[in-house]
Order: sequence, then C-alpha cells, then structure tokens
Amino acid sequence: MTSTMQTKTSGLDNGQGKQRLLPYVDALKEAVAQEMSADDSVFVMGLDVDDHRAIQGSTKGLLEEFGADRIFTTPLSEDAMTGIAIGAAMAGMRPIHVHIRMDFLLLCMNQLINIGAKSHYMYGGETKVPLVVRCMIGKSWGQGAQHSQGLHSLFMHIPGLKVVAPSNAYDAKGMLIQAIRDNNPVIFMEHRLLYGTKAFVPESSYALEFGKARICKQGDDITIVGISNMVMEVLRAEELLSEQGIGVEVIDPITLVPLDMDTIIQSVRKTRRLLVVDNAWTNCGTSAEIIAGVSEALAGEFMFQVKRMGFAATTCPTTPVLEDAFYPNPATIAENAYAMVNLNASPWKPDPEKTKLAYQTEFKGPF
Amino acid sequence: MSQDLLEKKIDPGRAARLYQTLSLIRNTEEHVAQVYPTDKIKSPIHLTIGQEFIAAAVCDHLTANDYVAATYRGHGAYLAKGGSLKEMVAEMYGKQTGCAKGRGGSMHLISSGSRVIGTSAVVGTGIPVAVGHAMALKMQNSKDLVVCFFGDGATEEGCFLESINFAALKKLPILFVCENNFYAIHEPLEKRWATNKLCERVATYGIETRQFKQPDILALHDYVGDALTKIRKGDGPAFIECQAYRWREHVGPCEDYDQGYRDKDEAKRWMDLDPYEHLGSGLTQIERERIDLEVLTKINDAFEFAEASAFPQPEALYDFNYAD
Repeated sequence: MTSTMQTKTSGLDNGQGKQRLLPYVDALKEAVAQEMSADDSVFVMGLDVDDHRAIQGSTKGLLEEFGADRIFTTPLSEDAMTGIAIGAAMAGMRPIHVHIRMDFLLLCMNQLINIGAKSHYMYGGETKVPLVVRCMIGKSWGQGAQHSQGLHSLFMHIPGLKVVAPSNAYDAKGMLIQAIRDNNPVIFMEHRLLYGTKAFVPESSYALEFGKARICKQGDDITIVGISNMVMEVLRAEELLSEQGIGVEVIDPITLVPLDMDTIIQSVRKTRRLLVVDNAWTNCGTSAEIIAGVSEALAGEFMFQVKRMGFAATTCPTTPVLEDAFYPNPATIAENAYAMVNLNASPWKPDPEKTKLAYQTEFKGPF
Repeated sequence: MSQDLLEKKIDPGRAARLYQTLSLIRNTEEHVAQVYPTDKIKSPIHLTIGQEFIAAAVCDHLTANDYVAATYRGHGAYLAKGGSLKEMVAEMYGKQTGCAKGRGGSMHLISSGSRVIGTSAVVGTGIPVAVGHAMALKMQNSKDLVVCFFGDGATEEGCFLESINFAALKKLPILFVCENNFYAIHEPLEKRWATNKLCERVATYGIETRQFKQPDILALHDYVGDALTKIRKGDGPAFIECQAYRWREHVGPCEDYDQGYRDKDEAKRWMDLDPYEHLGSGLTQIERERIDLEVLTKINDAFEFAEASAFPQPEALYDFNYAD
C-alpha cells in the first residue's frame, strides 16, 4: 500500500531538504509543531488533544513542547467552542480546533456557516477568521452511522470556507501548514485509514498552494478523480486496470475549495471519460459538482462519458459484510472504469485474490 | 424615581456624559424611524429605544482597546462604544461608505477601530465569539476586556451556557450583560422560561451576578465600574441582568401596542422611568439644549453623508468573499 505513495513523492526535487518516510499522522503533528514554533499566535484546542492518546497520536508531544496554554482540551460544547475559536481568530490568534470525527462538525454548523464563513464578507473586510478545523473521518471496525461521514460537500456549498482533503503524508504536512497560514476558515479533513500510510516528507517546513490538483498517474483512456481516502482506492484500482491494458489518469484535487477544475478538464479533453470516486454520498455531492463543472466547460466540444461513485445511498452500517458493500473499493472502481472504456464488452471483474491484496488490511480498531 | 435620582450626589460631568450618549442613541433612532417610510434605509431595523441606558452606562467605563459584542439590536452599543455614526447610517443606506461597506446593513454593524465586534442576526451566536475575543486577550497577556451584550432570548440557546461555563472555567476577562426586555419577538418570558431565576442559573458556574429591575442608569453605572475593575484584575467573568423595555416593535420603526401581545400600560410604567428624561431633567436647561443641539447636528451630518455616498458597484459583488 505504501509503495504507491513512495513512488509518488520520492522523486520530487523541491528544494525542501532532507526527506524521510513519515506516516500521515506524524506529518500532521510535525506541521502543527513547526507552525507553533514559528508563530506564537498558533494554538490547538479540542476535546482530548492533550490527553495520553493525543488524537491517535496526531497531537502527541505538543503539550510537552508548547505547554498547556497553547494546547488544551475543551468542554463538550462544540457549538460555543467553535464560536470561541472564531472569536479568538478575529482577535489575532490562529486557532486549530480539532475534532476526532467529522460527524461532530454538525454540532458546529451554526458558528462555522453563519459566523466563520460569512464574517469577512458580511463585515466588509473589516475582520478575518484564520481558523483551521481539523476533523477525522472514520471507516471500518464498526464506525457506523455517526463516525464515518464525509460531509465535505456541505462545506463546499458555503462561500467563505475552504475545504482540504489530503490523501498522503506529504500533502498532509504542506497543506496543514498552508491552512494554518491562510486567513480564512479551513475545514481540514483527514481520513482515519490514512493515518498509518507513509510518504517521503521533508523535515523542513513547507507550505503547498491551495487549488492545485495532483496528477498522481498519467493515462490516456480514462480520468479517475479520487477524494480523500478514495485516492488510495483509485490508485489500487489503477494497478488492476493497468494489467488489462487500460491507461488511467488518476487525479487528486487535494483541495476541494478552491477546486482545480482546469487540471480535471484538461485530462478529460484527453481521455473523454471521467469517473469521480468520492468518500461521501453522490447525491448533491462533490462528485456531482465536479462532473457538472466539467460538463459546463466541455459541452459542445465533444462527446464524453461521466460516472459518479461514492457511499451507497444508505446510512453507513456497522457489520463488515454490509459495510463492505457500502463503500467503493478497488474492485468496484476497476469494474466501473473497465465498463466505461469497453462499452460493448461483457462485464469484467478483477481477480479476487488481487483485489484482496490491494484492499486496506492494516487497520485494526477500536478507533 | 426622579426625586431619588436628583437626591443622589450626581457628578455633573458624569450625568452630562451619559446624557450625551443617551441623546445620541435616542435621537439617531428616532431619526431612523422617521426616515424609514421613505425606503431609503434598505435594511431591517431593530430599535433599542427604551433600552439604550444599558449600553450607555456600561460603555462609559470602557477604554478604546476594550471590545464590545452586541446583537442585531446593536445601534446603541455600537454608538456608545464610539462607532462612527456616519458609517452606521451609511451602512443602513447600503452605501460603500458604510461600516461594512454595504455588505451587512443594520444587523451587521462592526467597527474595528472602536473595537465593536461584528454583530450577528442569529440570536446568541455573538456570545461565544465574544468569549473567544476574551480568550485571545488573556492569551496575549492583555489588560483589556470584553463586554458582551445580548437579550433574554439568547440565554435560552445552548451556546449561552456553554460560553458561560468556559468563560468561568478559564477566568476570562468578560462582562456578560443580558438586556432582558421580556419578549422574544412577541413571545413573553412566561411562555419560555421554567423559572425567571436567570442570575441564579448563571451563579451556579461560580460567576458573580447582579440583577437590575429598574432603569437606574446611575446605579448600573456605579456597579459596572466596580465589576470591570475586578475583571481587569483577573477575577474572571461577571454577569448582569438588566431589565428594560423595548418601546417599539421587534423590527421596524413603529409602536405595536395595537397588536394584542402586550399593552401600553405595561410600557407606560417603563416610559415614566425613562433615563433619558430623568438625566436630562437633572441638567441645566442650557446644558441639555447644548448637548441635544450638538447631537442633532451630528445626526444631520451623518444622514447627509449617507445620502451623498455612493452604492457599491455591481462588479464588487465578490469582494471580501475570501480574505487575502
């Protein structure tokens, strides 16, 4: 699983100095530590950020390094604590508000949408809200209905918010540093299953620009866009499809707001096939938005195929058999892509042994 | 009460100062109400007439660096904290010269210069934002503080008690001021509160509380001065419930005693105690006329400024969507 990411970033010569293979979770921690060292106004708040488990390790060591004034737990008052973070941001601080599940952001919606997103506009540019909301999406080991939701399309709908969903450790560090430096509220989505994945990450501090998609793999036959953890699944599907002689262009938008539509549009100009695989429901979702944007841009230019994949249109179940059926996986992604490329061929299914190898096997619960 | 007030030892400087603030708020809003039928003001207005003594008394103690958080009924707090009258009126007119450059209207006033935190039109939402400012001040080792104004309805929102708890837990430099006017739009307290023990509820968080049942601006002024001194020392938050009466309709320029949900007799009891009249009657006639004239001139200037100002250009629609 990690081999793909190694090839993906190890060749980069970006002048960022010494690189080493680092897990996603440590990249998050390193980004925050470096920004806290560089800027006294950066601080971390959120339930359990300073306990011995340290949000699966993603805030580990920050308490010892920076003290209890700059990293502290909060009461279970997500609504007010979000407003408090927003107020602190308006008053010159750079809060990072951490939630161990994205589902809990539903308790923060009023402040995020009515205040955080709108303040810069509604007050005529008189105030800014440099806030980062870190949140983790769960999957497997019975995370179920309320610990697994990818709610990014709700936030993408609202002007004033930025939404970031890094799929690997390299992007996680550079994007989190950029999010902390950004003067707007940024919803920073992390996927629990990505925490253990490794990539080459520079030791020094670096920020990655928002709104620049990455072409993870070049190919001529079909463009597949993956969101968050689905980038990993798409890369596994790409291996299966490559064995069938199908060239897949894999695109990771990395930031959903701002969204780099140009890279996707250029790719579809080449492949004339677009499959978007989201870590969320398809209805009114990011996949629908991307396909709508491509369709508007390319309408009348030529004929092209589009398809969305995402969560099944149900609540997320806990029992493994149903949960497996709920999510797209490398096999279903490959099957759908194959059918788009070979319109008149009979359906193809990848060798189950190979999909098994490709599928996520490292994670063990409980959380 | 007039007699009581007059018998108190009133520092003439203080009385004139408070009267000036009351006069500014009262006459500005009267002027707003007068202009409103012309449709030049393109914004829902929530007048504070009758309640303005609270902001006047509290803000008189604040320094330029202290913050004030208010609500969509926020003209009074904005002006009492020193927000620009011209920019406020221009904002109501939707003009580019408004305090929010025409993007906010009457419900979203802000003054970064006078440290008025942007006001919100969703009840209660400004409270945690104010607490966040107080937390930032504490983290920045500042001696400044925050005053957070809100209405009785806001105390029913979950974020109110969440904010009270956190402010008390962290001993933040903030004074909470509840302007209890007994109605949430048209719904009375009796239909909304299980008990009226608001101060007792808040006191259980270890916060010093005080209830004012009369519009006694000088008593309130005295108390707030002491309360803010303690907050500045680092004693943590305090809470005041000030009962007051909204003379006009919830939103709009008119009275609404013909609507049946409250009656004029109830209002009259408060109108008879009007601090604007009481403080004014304690001043010499010359002094009072001088202040009122100065205020009226300022108001005329502000409305002329608003009238003469330009609307934003349509091309500017996307300005301020994101901060640089």
